[in-house]
Amino acid sequence: MNAENIVKPRVTVRDLNFYYGKAQALNNINLDIAEKKVTAFIGPSGCGKSTLLRTFNRMYELYPKQKATGSIVLDGQNILDKNQDLNKLRAKVGMVFQKPTPFPMSIHDNIAFGVKLYQSLNKHDMEERVEWALRKAALWDEVKDKLTQSGMGLSGGQQQRLCIARAIAVKPEVLLLDEPTSALDPISTAHIEKLIDELKEDFTIVIVTHNMQQAARVSDYTAYMYLGDLMEFGDTSTVFTNPKRKETEDYITGRFG
Amino acid sequence: MIDLYTRRRIANATGLTISVAAMAFGLFWLCWILWTLLGRGLPALTPIVFSQMTPPPGSSGGLLNAIFGSLMMTIGGTAIGTPIGILAGTYLAEFGQRGWLAPITRFINDILLSAPSIVIGLFVYEVYVVHVKHFSGWAGTLALAIIVIPIVIRTTENMLRLVPSTLREAAASLGAPQWKIVSFVTLRAARAGIITGVMLAIARISGETAPLLFTALNNQFWNSDMDQPMANLPVVIFQFAMSPYEDWQSLAWAGALLITFSVLTLNILARVLFRQSASTH
Repeated sequence: MNAENIVKPRVTVRDLNFYYGKAQALNNINLDIAEKKVTAFIGPSGCGKSTLLRTFNRMYELYPKQKATGSIVLDGQNILDKNQDLNKLRAKVGMVFQKPTPFPMSIHDNIAFGVKLYQSLNKHDMEERVEWALRKAALWDEVKDKLTQSGMGLSGGQQQRLCIARAIAVKPEVLLLDEPTSALDPISTAHIEKLIDELKEDFTIVIVTHNMQQAARVSDYTAYMYLGDLMEFGDTSTVFTNPKRKETEDYITGRFG
Repeated sequence: MIDLYTRRRIANATGLTISVAAMAFGLFWLCWILWTLLGRGLPALTPIVFSQMTPPPGSSGGLLNAIFGSLMMTIGGTAIGTPIGILAGTYLAEFGQRGWLAPITRFINDILLSAPSIVIGLFVYEVYVVHVKHFSGWAGTLALAIIVIPIVIRTTENMLRLVPSTLREAAASLGAPQWKIVSFVTLRAARAGIITGVMLAIARISGETAPLLFTALNNQFWNSDMDQPMANLPVVIFQFAMSPYEDWQSLAWAGALLITFSVLTLNILARVLFRQSASTH
Protein backbone atom coordinates (compact mmCIF):
# COMPACT_ATOMS: atom_id res chain seq x y z
CA MET A 1 0.00 0.00 0.00
CA ASN A 2 2.88 2.41 0.57
CA ALA A 3 3.20 3.29 -3.08
CA GLU A 4 6.44 1.70 -4.15
CA ASN A 5 6.57 4.16 -7.04
CA ILE A 6 7.34 7.13 -4.78
CA VAL A 7 10.97 7.86 -5.42
CA LYS A 8 11.82 10.35 -2.73
CA PRO A 9 9.54 10.42 0.29
CA ARG A 10 9.58 13.60 2.39
CA VAL A 11 7.29 12.30 5.11
CA THR A 12 6.96 8.66 6.08
CA VAL A 13 3.91 7.54 8.02
CA ARG A 14 4.09 4.14 9.72
CA ASP A 15 1.47 2.30 11.81
CA LEU A 16 -0.33 5.51 12.66
CA ASN A 17 -3.37 5.25 14.93
CA PHE A 18 -5.37 8.21 16.14
CA TYR A 19 -7.88 8.54 18.94
CA TYR A 20 -10.49 11.14 19.90
CA GLY A 21 -10.84 10.09 23.52
CA LYS A 22 -11.70 6.40 23.23
CA ALA A 23 -12.94 6.56 19.64
CA GLN A 24 -10.36 5.44 17.13
CA ALA A 25 -10.33 7.69 14.06
CA LEU A 26 -7.35 6.34 12.12
CA ASN A 27 -6.46 2.67 11.81
CA ASN A 28 -2.89 1.71 11.18
CA ILE A 29 -2.06 4.15 8.39
CA ASN A 30 1.08 3.60 6.29
CA LEU A 31 1.87 6.20 3.69
CA ASP A 32 4.73 8.08 2.02
CA ILE A 33 4.45 11.72 1.05
CA ALA A 34 6.62 12.54 -1.97
CA GLU A 35 8.96 15.51 -1.93
CA LYS A 36 7.92 18.53 -4.01
CA LYS A 37 4.77 16.80 -5.21
CA VAL A 38 1.13 17.30 -4.39
CA THR A 39 -0.53 14.49 -2.47
CA ALA A 40 -4.34 14.59 -2.16
CA PHE A 41 -6.45 12.93 0.54
CA ILE A 42 -9.97 12.19 -0.63
CA GLY A 43 -12.88 10.35 0.92
CA PRO A 44 -16.35 10.91 2.36
CA SER A 45 -16.91 13.16 5.41
CA GLY A 46 -15.67 11.64 8.63
CA CYS A 47 -13.24 9.28 6.89
CA GLY A 48 -10.26 10.74 8.76
CA LYS A 49 -8.54 12.67 6.00
CA SER A 50 -8.42 15.95 7.95
CA THR A 51 -7.45 14.05 11.09
CA LEU A 52 -4.54 12.50 9.21
CA LEU A 53 -3.49 15.90 7.90
CA ARG A 54 -3.58 17.39 11.41
CA THR A 55 -1.16 14.77 12.72
CA PHE A 56 1.56 16.12 10.41
CA ASN A 57 1.91 19.31 12.46
CA ARG A 58 0.38 17.85 15.63
CA MET A 59 -2.38 20.44 15.58
CA TYR A 60 -4.46 18.00 17.62
CA GLU A 61 -2.23 18.81 20.62
CA LEU A 62 -4.23 21.99 21.17
CA TYR A 63 -7.07 19.82 22.40
CA PRO A 64 -7.00 17.54 25.39
CA LYS A 65 -8.02 13.90 24.89
CA GLN A 66 -6.71 13.61 21.34
CA LYS A 67 -3.74 11.36 20.78
CA ALA A 68 -1.73 9.64 18.07
CA THR A 69 0.48 6.54 18.17
CA GLY A 70 2.91 5.14 15.62
CA SER A 71 5.45 7.18 13.74
CA ILE A 72 5.61 10.04 11.28
CA VAL A 73 9.16 10.62 10.17
CA LEU A 74 10.25 13.99 8.81
CA ASP A 75 13.97 14.74 8.35
CA GLY A 76 14.89 11.50 10.10
CA GLN A 77 12.96 12.39 13.23
CA ASN A 78 9.72 10.91 14.52
CA ILE A 79 7.59 14.03 14.98
CA LEU A 80 5.18 12.15 17.25
CA ASP A 81 8.01 11.81 19.75
CA LYS A 82 7.33 13.41 23.14
CA ASN A 83 10.53 15.44 22.88
CA GLN A 84 9.62 17.00 19.55
CA ASP A 85 9.45 20.80 19.94
CA LEU A 86 5.94 21.59 18.68
CA ASN A 87 6.63 25.19 17.70
CA LYS A 88 9.70 24.24 15.67
CA LEU A 89 7.77 21.44 14.00
CA ARG A 90 4.98 23.84 13.02
CA ALA A 91 7.47 26.34 11.66
CA LYS A 92 8.60 23.53 9.32
CA VAL A 93 5.13 22.25 8.47
CA GLY A 94 2.80 25.09 7.44
CA MET A 95 -0.95 24.84 7.23
CA VAL A 96 -3.86 26.59 5.49
CA PHE A 97 -7.38 26.05 6.75
CA GLN A 98 -10.81 25.61 5.26
CA LYS A 99 -12.01 29.05 6.27
CA PRO A 100 -9.78 32.07 5.76
CA THR A 101 -8.23 33.08 9.08
CA PRO A 102 -6.62 36.51 8.73
CA PHE A 103 -5.24 37.85 12.01
CA PRO A 104 -6.70 41.13 13.31
CA MET A 105 -3.77 43.20 12.05
CA SER A 106 -2.54 44.80 8.82
CA ILE A 107 -1.86 42.78 5.67
CA HIS A 108 1.87 43.37 6.12
CA ASP A 109 1.82 42.30 9.78
CA ASN A 110 -0.23 39.21 8.97
CA ILE A 111 2.69 37.96 6.93
CA ALA A 112 5.46 39.34 9.11
CA PHE A 113 3.96 37.71 12.24
CA GLY A 114 5.13 34.20 11.39
CA VAL A 115 8.45 35.30 9.90
CA LYS A 116 9.40 37.28 13.01
CA LEU A 117 8.93 34.21 15.20
CA TYR A 118 12.02 32.42 13.94
CA GLN A 119 14.02 34.92 11.91
CA SER A 120 15.22 38.42 12.66
CA LEU A 121 15.16 40.26 9.36
CA ASN A 122 15.91 43.95 9.01
CA LYS A 123 13.19 46.23 7.68
CA HIS A 124 14.31 45.99 4.07
CA ASP A 125 14.61 42.19 4.07
CA MET A 126 11.25 41.89 5.76
CA GLU A 127 9.62 44.04 3.11
CA GLU A 128 11.19 41.87 0.44
CA ARG A 129 9.96 38.74 2.15
CA VAL A 130 6.42 40.10 2.43
CA GLU A 131 6.44 41.02 -1.25
CA TRP A 132 7.88 37.62 -2.19
CA ALA A 133 5.16 35.77 -0.26
CA LEU A 134 2.37 37.94 -1.63
CA ARG A 135 3.67 37.51 -5.19
CA LYS A 136 3.91 33.74 -4.73
CA ALA A 137 0.30 33.75 -3.52
CA ALA A 138 -0.77 35.84 -6.55
CA LEU A 139 -2.05 38.59 -4.29
CA TRP A 140 0.63 41.25 -4.59
CA ASP A 141 -0.95 43.29 -7.39
CA GLU A 142 -4.24 43.50 -5.54
CA VAL A 143 -2.85 44.62 -2.17
CA LYS A 144 0.49 46.34 -2.83
CA ASP A 145 -1.02 49.78 -2.21
CA LYS A 146 -2.81 48.85 1.01
CA LEU A 147 -0.34 46.79 3.00
CA THR A 148 -1.09 48.79 6.13
CA GLN A 149 -4.82 48.13 5.96
CA SER A 150 -6.46 45.39 7.98
CA GLY A 151 -6.40 41.90 6.50
CA MET A 152 -10.02 41.56 7.59
CA GLY A 153 -11.11 44.00 4.90
CA LEU A 154 -10.16 41.71 2.00
CA SER A 155 -12.63 39.49 0.13
CA GLY A 156 -12.89 35.80 1.03
CA GLY A 157 -10.71 34.66 -1.85
CA GLN A 158 -8.12 37.34 -1.13
CA GLN A 159 -8.13 36.43 2.58
CA GLN A 160 -7.44 32.80 1.70
CA ARG A 161 -4.54 33.79 -0.55
CA LEU A 162 -3.29 36.01 2.28
CA CYS A 163 -3.32 32.94 4.53
CA ILE A 164 -1.38 30.97 1.92
CA ALA A 165 1.13 33.84 1.66
CA ARG A 166 1.43 33.87 5.44
CA ALA A 167 2.06 30.13 5.51
CA ILE A 168 4.75 30.18 2.79
CA ALA A 169 6.44 33.35 4.09
CA VAL A 170 8.09 31.31 6.85
CA LYS A 171 9.42 28.98 4.11
CA PRO A 172 8.15 25.71 5.52
CA GLU A 173 9.25 22.36 4.10
CA VAL A 174 5.78 20.88 3.96
CA LEU A 175 2.53 22.74 3.29
CA LEU A 176 -0.74 21.27 4.53
CA LEU A 177 -3.93 22.49 2.84
CA ASP A 178 -7.18 21.52 4.59
CA GLU A 179 -9.95 22.00 2.01
CA PRO A 180 -8.48 25.38 1.08
CA THR A 181 -11.07 26.23 -1.58
CA SER A 182 -14.29 24.85 -0.13
CA ALA A 183 -15.44 28.31 1.00
CA LEU A 184 -14.46 30.05 -2.23
CA ASP A 185 -16.10 30.87 -5.56
CA PRO A 186 -14.87 29.18 -8.79
CA ILE A 187 -12.63 32.08 -9.82
CA SER A 188 -10.78 32.19 -6.49
CA THR A 189 -10.61 28.40 -6.58
CA ALA A 190 -8.97 28.51 -10.01
CA HIS A 191 -6.46 31.09 -8.68
CA ILE A 192 -5.54 28.85 -5.80
CA GLU A 193 -5.28 25.68 -7.88
CA LYS A 194 -2.91 27.45 -10.24
CA LEU A 195 -1.00 28.60 -7.22
CA ILE A 196 -0.69 25.05 -5.84
CA ASP A 197 0.80 24.01 -9.17
CA GLU A 198 3.46 26.71 -8.89
CA LEU A 199 4.13 26.15 -5.20
CA LYS A 200 5.09 22.52 -5.64
CA GLU A 201 8.36 23.64 -7.23
CA ASP A 202 9.43 24.72 -3.76
CA PHE A 203 7.24 22.88 -1.29
CA THR A 204 5.94 19.42 -0.51
CA ILE A 205 2.17 19.81 -0.50
CA VAL A 206 -0.57 17.72 1.06
CA ILE A 207 -4.16 18.71 0.28
CA VAL A 208 -7.44 17.47 1.71
CA THR A 209 -10.34 17.99 -0.66
CA HIS A 210 -13.97 17.04 -1.11
CA ASN A 211 -13.78 17.95 -4.73
CA MET A 212 -12.81 14.96 -6.85
CA GLN A 213 -12.05 17.04 -9.93
CA GLN A 214 -9.78 19.22 -7.84
CA ALA A 215 -7.84 16.20 -6.60
CA ALA A 216 -7.53 14.97 -10.19
CA ARG A 217 -6.43 18.40 -11.40
CA VAL A 218 -3.84 19.39 -8.82
CA SER A 219 -2.38 16.24 -7.30
CA ASP A 220 0.36 13.84 -8.30
CA TYR A 221 -0.61 11.20 -5.77
CA THR A 222 -4.01 10.42 -4.30
CA ALA A 223 -5.01 8.60 -1.13
CA TYR A 224 -8.58 7.39 -0.81
CA MET A 225 -9.71 6.99 2.78
CA TYR A 226 -12.81 5.47 4.27
CA LEU A 227 -13.80 5.12 7.96
CA GLY A 228 -10.29 5.71 9.22
CA ASP A 229 -8.65 3.27 6.82
CA LEU A 230 -6.38 4.09 3.92
CA MET A 231 -8.18 2.19 1.17
CA GLU A 232 -6.04 2.99 -1.82
CA PHE A 233 -2.97 5.06 -2.51
CA GLY A 234 -1.00 5.69 -5.66
CA ASP A 235 -0.46 7.81 -8.74
CA THR A 236 -3.40 10.16 -9.20
CA SER A 237 -3.85 9.05 -12.80
CA THR A 238 -3.89 5.38 -11.79
CA VAL A 239 -6.26 5.92 -8.87
CA PHE A 240 -8.67 7.85 -11.03
CA THR A 241 -8.56 5.81 -14.23
CA ASN A 242 -7.74 2.34 -13.03
CA PRO A 243 -8.44 1.99 -9.28
CA LYS A 244 -7.48 -1.31 -7.71
CA ARG A 245 -10.49 -1.46 -5.44
CA LYS A 246 -14.17 -1.43 -6.17
CA GLU A 247 -14.87 1.01 -3.27
CA THR A 248 -12.50 3.61 -4.69
CA GLU A 249 -14.08 3.36 -8.09
CA ASP A 250 -17.58 3.73 -6.62
CA TYR A 251 -16.57 6.84 -4.70
CA ILE A 252 -14.74 8.46 -7.57
CA THR A 253 -17.52 7.83 -10.06
CA GLY A 254 -20.06 9.24 -7.63
CA ARG A 255 -21.94 6.03 -6.93
CA PHE A 256 -21.14 6.41 -3.26
CA GLY A 257 -20.35 9.17 -0.76
CA MET B 1 -64.67 25.41 13.68
CA ILE B 2 -61.79 27.78 13.05
CA ASP B 3 -59.18 26.53 10.63
CA LEU B 4 -55.55 26.05 11.59
CA TYR B 5 -54.29 29.12 9.79
CA THR B 6 -56.76 31.48 11.50
CA ARG B 7 -55.94 29.95 14.87
CA ARG B 8 -52.26 30.59 14.29
CA ARG B 9 -52.93 34.17 13.32
CA ILE B 10 -54.91 34.72 16.52
CA ALA B 11 -52.17 33.10 18.61
CA ASN B 12 -49.57 35.28 16.88
CA ALA B 13 -51.56 38.47 17.46
CA THR B 14 -52.14 37.59 21.12
CA GLY B 15 -48.46 36.80 21.70
CA LEU B 16 -47.37 40.00 20.03
CA THR B 17 -49.83 42.10 22.06
CA ILE B 18 -48.63 40.61 25.35
CA SER B 19 -44.98 41.19 24.41
CA VAL B 20 -45.57 44.80 23.43
CA ALA B 21 -47.57 45.39 26.62
CA ALA B 22 -44.73 43.95 28.73
CA MET B 23 -42.23 46.19 26.98
CA ALA B 24 -44.46 49.24 27.44
CA PHE B 25 -44.82 48.42 31.14
CA GLY B 26 -41.05 48.37 31.60
CA LEU B 27 -40.46 51.47 29.52
CA PHE B 28 -43.17 53.37 31.39
CA TRP B 29 -41.29 53.21 34.70
CA LEU B 30 -37.97 53.95 33.08
CA CYS B 31 -39.40 57.05 31.39
CA TRP B 32 -41.06 58.15 34.60
CA ILE B 33 -37.77 57.83 36.49
CA LEU B 34 -35.88 59.77 33.82
CA TRP B 35 -38.65 62.40 33.64
CA THR B 36 -38.65 62.99 37.41
CA LEU B 37 -34.86 62.99 37.45
CA LEU B 38 -34.69 65.60 34.70
CA GLY B 39 -37.49 67.70 36.24
CA ARG B 40 -35.89 67.80 39.68
CA GLY B 41 -32.24 67.54 38.72
CA LEU B 42 -31.89 70.01 35.85
CA PRO B 43 -32.96 73.12 37.84
CA ALA B 44 -30.54 72.12 40.60
CA LEU B 45 -27.67 71.60 38.17
CA THR B 46 -26.02 75.02 38.43
CA PRO B 47 -22.36 75.94 37.94
CA ILE B 48 -22.09 76.10 41.74
CA VAL B 49 -22.57 72.34 41.83
CA PHE B 50 -19.20 71.96 40.09
CA SER B 51 -17.35 74.72 41.97
CA GLN B 52 -18.29 74.46 45.65
CA MET B 53 -18.09 71.87 48.40
CA THR B 54 -21.04 70.12 50.00
CA PRO B 55 -22.65 72.69 52.30
CA PRO B 56 -23.82 72.48 55.89
CA PRO B 57 -27.61 72.47 56.19
CA GLY B 58 -29.27 75.78 55.34
CA SER B 59 -26.49 77.29 53.25
CA SER B 60 -25.78 76.97 49.57
CA GLY B 61 -23.05 74.78 48.14
CA GLY B 62 -22.11 72.27 45.48
CA LEU B 63 -20.86 68.74 44.99
CA LEU B 64 -17.27 69.36 43.92
CA ASN B 65 -15.67 67.28 46.67
CA ALA B 66 -18.13 64.42 46.04
CA ILE B 67 -17.61 64.51 42.27
CA PHE B 68 -13.84 64.49 42.78
CA GLY B 69 -14.00 61.67 45.32
CA SER B 70 -16.23 59.56 43.09
CA LEU B 71 -13.90 60.10 40.13
CA MET B 72 -10.81 59.18 42.15
CA MET B 73 -12.29 56.02 43.60
CA THR B 74 -13.90 54.93 40.33
CA ILE B 75 -10.65 55.44 38.43
CA GLY B 76 -8.70 53.71 41.20
CA GLY B 77 -11.07 50.76 41.39
CA THR B 78 -11.01 50.37 37.62
CA ALA B 79 -7.22 50.68 37.48
CA ILE B 80 -6.78 47.92 40.06
CA GLY B 81 -9.62 45.67 38.93
CA THR B 82 -9.17 45.76 35.15
CA PRO B 83 -5.70 44.20 34.80
CA ILE B 84 -6.51 41.49 37.35
CA GLY B 85 -9.82 40.79 35.64
CA ILE B 86 -8.36 40.65 32.13
CA LEU B 87 -5.47 38.41 33.19
CA ALA B 88 -7.74 36.03 35.10
CA GLY B 89 -10.30 35.96 32.27
CA THR B 90 -7.52 35.23 29.78
CA TYR B 91 -6.32 32.37 31.96
CA LEU B 92 -9.82 30.89 32.12
CA ALA B 93 -10.40 31.13 28.38
CA GLU B 94 -6.96 30.30 26.99
CA PHE B 95 -4.92 28.34 29.48
CA GLY B 96 -7.38 26.58 31.74
CA GLN B 97 -8.65 23.79 29.47
CA ARG B 98 -6.91 21.11 31.47
CA GLY B 99 -7.05 20.57 35.22
CA TRP B 100 -9.33 21.65 38.06
CA LEU B 101 -8.15 25.21 38.78
CA ALA B 102 -10.12 26.92 36.01
CA PRO B 103 -13.55 25.35 36.68
CA ILE B 104 -13.24 26.14 40.39
CA THR B 105 -12.09 29.71 39.71
CA ARG B 106 -14.97 30.17 37.28
CA PHE B 107 -17.47 28.90 39.85
CA ILE B 108 -16.15 31.17 42.61
CA ASN B 109 -16.09 34.10 40.21
CA ASP B 110 -19.75 33.52 39.38
CA ILE B 111 -20.57 33.67 43.08
CA LEU B 112 -18.56 36.88 43.47
CA LEU B 113 -20.33 38.31 40.43
CA SER B 114 -23.71 37.95 42.05
CA ALA B 115 -22.61 38.80 45.61
CA PRO B 116 -24.61 41.75 47.04
CA SER B 117 -22.36 44.80 47.02
CA ILE B 118 -23.10 45.51 50.68
CA VAL B 119 -21.39 42.21 51.55
CA ILE B 120 -18.30 43.40 49.71
CA GLY B 121 -18.45 46.69 51.64
CA LEU B 122 -18.68 44.82 54.94
CA PHE B 123 -15.81 42.55 53.91
CA VAL B 124 -13.48 45.49 53.18
CA TYR B 125 -14.63 47.14 56.42
CA GLU B 126 -13.71 44.01 58.35
CA VAL B 127 -10.34 43.27 56.74
CA TYR B 128 -9.10 46.82 56.07
CA VAL B 129 -11.00 49.64 57.81
CA VAL B 130 -11.03 47.87 61.21
CA HIS B 131 -7.27 47.36 61.05
CA VAL B 132 -6.26 50.89 60.04
CA LYS B 133 -8.99 52.22 62.35
CA HIS B 134 -10.40 54.86 59.99
CA PHE B 135 -12.48 55.14 56.85
CA SER B 136 -10.54 56.09 53.73
CA GLY B 137 -10.56 56.61 50.00
CA TRP B 138 -8.28 53.58 49.62
CA ALA B 139 -10.82 51.37 51.35
CA GLY B 140 -13.50 52.62 48.95
CA THR B 141 -11.21 52.02 45.99
CA LEU B 142 -10.55 48.49 47.19
CA ALA B 143 -14.26 47.72 47.56
CA LEU B 144 -14.97 49.04 44.05
CA ALA B 145 -12.04 47.04 42.63
CA ILE B 146 -13.51 43.86 44.12
CA ILE B 147 -16.75 44.61 42.28
CA VAL B 148 -14.93 45.30 39.00
CA ILE B 149 -12.86 42.10 38.99
CA PRO B 150 -15.60 39.48 38.49
CA ILE B 151 -17.37 41.56 35.83
CA VAL B 152 -14.18 41.97 33.81
CA ILE B 153 -13.23 38.31 34.28
CA ARG B 154 -16.59 37.18 32.97
CA THR B 155 -16.68 39.48 29.92
CA THR B 156 -13.03 38.81 29.04
CA GLU B 157 -13.57 35.06 29.14
CA ASN B 158 -16.79 35.26 27.13
CA MET B 159 -15.26 37.52 24.51
CA LEU B 160 -12.18 35.31 24.11
CA ARG B 161 -14.43 32.28 23.71
CA LEU B 162 -16.15 34.02 20.82
CA VAL B 163 -12.83 34.13 18.95
CA PRO B 164 -13.01 31.18 16.52
CA SER B 165 -10.63 28.35 17.40
CA THR B 166 -9.47 28.31 13.78
CA LEU B 167 -7.74 31.64 14.47
CA ARG B 168 -5.80 30.03 17.33
CA GLU B 169 -4.96 27.06 15.13
CA ALA B 170 -3.79 29.37 12.35
CA ALA B 171 -1.40 31.15 14.70
CA ALA B 172 -0.22 27.86 16.21
CA SER B 173 0.35 26.45 12.71
CA LEU B 174 3.02 29.11 12.15
CA GLY B 175 4.88 27.87 15.20
CA ALA B 176 3.84 30.67 17.53
CA PRO B 177 4.15 29.85 21.23
CA GLN B 178 0.92 30.12 23.18
CA TRP B 179 1.71 33.41 24.92
CA LYS B 180 2.22 35.02 21.53
CA ILE B 181 -0.98 33.56 20.15
CA VAL B 182 -2.88 34.94 23.12
CA SER B 183 -1.32 38.38 23.29
CA PHE B 184 -1.02 39.15 19.57
CA VAL B 185 -3.95 37.30 18.05
CA THR B 186 -6.82 36.31 20.32
CA LEU B 187 -6.73 39.21 22.79
CA ARG B 188 -6.47 41.57 19.86
CA ALA B 189 -9.42 39.94 18.13
CA ALA B 190 -11.49 40.24 21.30
CA ARG B 191 -10.29 43.76 22.14
CA ALA B 192 -13.50 45.68 21.50
CA GLY B 193 -15.58 43.25 23.53
CA ILE B 194 -13.18 43.40 26.46
CA ILE B 195 -13.15 47.22 26.46
CA THR B 196 -16.95 47.13 26.42
CA GLY B 197 -16.87 44.90 29.50
CA VAL B 198 -14.57 47.34 31.31
CA MET B 199 -16.89 50.22 30.49
CA LEU B 200 -19.89 48.34 31.79
CA ALA B 201 -17.94 47.62 34.98
CA ILE B 202 -17.19 51.36 35.36
CA ALA B 203 -20.87 52.12 34.84
CA ARG B 204 -21.75 49.59 37.51
CA ILE B 205 -19.38 50.93 40.19
CA SER B 206 -20.09 54.60 39.59
CA GLY B 207 -23.53 54.14 41.15
CA GLU B 208 -22.57 51.81 44.01
CA THR B 209 -23.50 53.18 47.45
CA ALA B 210 -23.43 50.27 49.87
CA PRO B 211 -19.74 49.33 49.55
CA LEU B 212 -18.71 52.99 50.02
CA LEU B 213 -20.83 53.50 53.16
CA PHE B 214 -18.59 51.09 55.04
CA THR B 215 -15.32 52.13 53.47
CA ALA B 216 -14.92 55.70 52.20
CA LEU B 217 -17.85 57.00 54.26
CA ASN B 218 -18.15 60.70 53.45
CA ASN B 219 -16.37 64.00 53.95
CA GLN B 220 -17.85 67.46 54.08
CA PHE B 221 -14.64 69.10 52.98
CA TRP B 222 -12.29 69.05 50.04
CA ASN B 223 -10.01 66.06 50.38
CA SER B 224 -7.51 64.67 47.92
CA ASP B 225 -5.78 62.40 50.45
CA MET B 226 -6.86 58.86 49.62
CA ASP B 227 -5.98 57.81 53.17
CA GLN B 228 -8.76 59.98 54.62
CA PRO B 229 -12.53 59.56 54.48
CA MET B 230 -13.67 60.72 51.08
CA ALA B 231 -16.85 62.31 49.80
CA ASN B 232 -18.55 60.54 46.90
CA LEU B 233 -21.73 61.08 44.95
CA PRO B 234 -23.71 57.96 45.91
CA VAL B 235 -23.26 58.40 49.67
CA VAL B 236 -23.90 62.16 49.44
CA ILE B 237 -27.10 61.46 47.51
CA PHE B 238 -28.13 58.92 50.12
CA GLN B 239 -27.46 61.33 52.98
CA PHE B 240 -28.87 64.48 51.36
CA ALA B 241 -31.99 62.86 49.94
CA MET B 242 -32.93 61.53 53.39
CA SER B 243 -32.47 64.92 55.02
CA PRO B 244 -35.29 67.39 55.74
CA TYR B 245 -33.40 70.33 54.16
CA GLU B 246 -34.56 71.59 50.74
CA ASP B 247 -31.06 72.64 49.59
CA TRP B 248 -29.64 69.22 50.35
CA GLN B 249 -32.51 67.50 48.59
CA SER B 250 -32.07 69.46 45.39
CA LEU B 251 -28.30 68.79 45.48
CA ALA B 252 -29.12 65.10 45.80
CA TRP B 253 -31.24 65.35 42.64
CA ALA B 254 -28.38 67.10 40.83
CA GLY B 255 -26.00 64.33 41.90
CA ALA B 256 -28.42 61.62 40.82
CA LEU B 257 -28.74 63.26 37.41
CA LEU B 258 -24.95 63.46 37.07
CA ILE B 259 -24.48 59.75 37.85
CA THR B 260 -27.32 58.68 35.58
CA PHE B 261 -25.94 60.62 32.67
CA SER B 262 -22.39 59.44 33.08
CA VAL B 263 -23.63 55.83 33.24
CA LEU B 264 -25.83 56.43 30.20
CA THR B 265 -22.90 57.93 28.30
CA LEU B 266 -20.67 54.98 29.18
CA ASN B 267 -23.32 52.49 28.09
CA ILE B 268 -23.89 54.24 24.78
CA LEU B 269 -20.13 54.46 24.23
CA ALA B 270 -19.77 50.74 24.96
CA ARG B 271 -22.52 49.88 22.48
CA VAL B 272 -21.14 52.09 19.73
CA LEU B 273 -17.68 50.62 20.21
CA PHE B 274 -18.96 47.04 20.14
CA ARG B 275 -21.08 47.65 17.06
CA GLN B 276 -18.18 49.25 15.21
CA SER B 277 -15.91 46.31 15.84
CA ALA B 278 -18.66 43.81 15.01
CA SER B 279 -19.05 45.39 11.59
CA THR B 280 -15.35 45.45 10.76
CA HIS B 281 -14.60 41.90 11.89
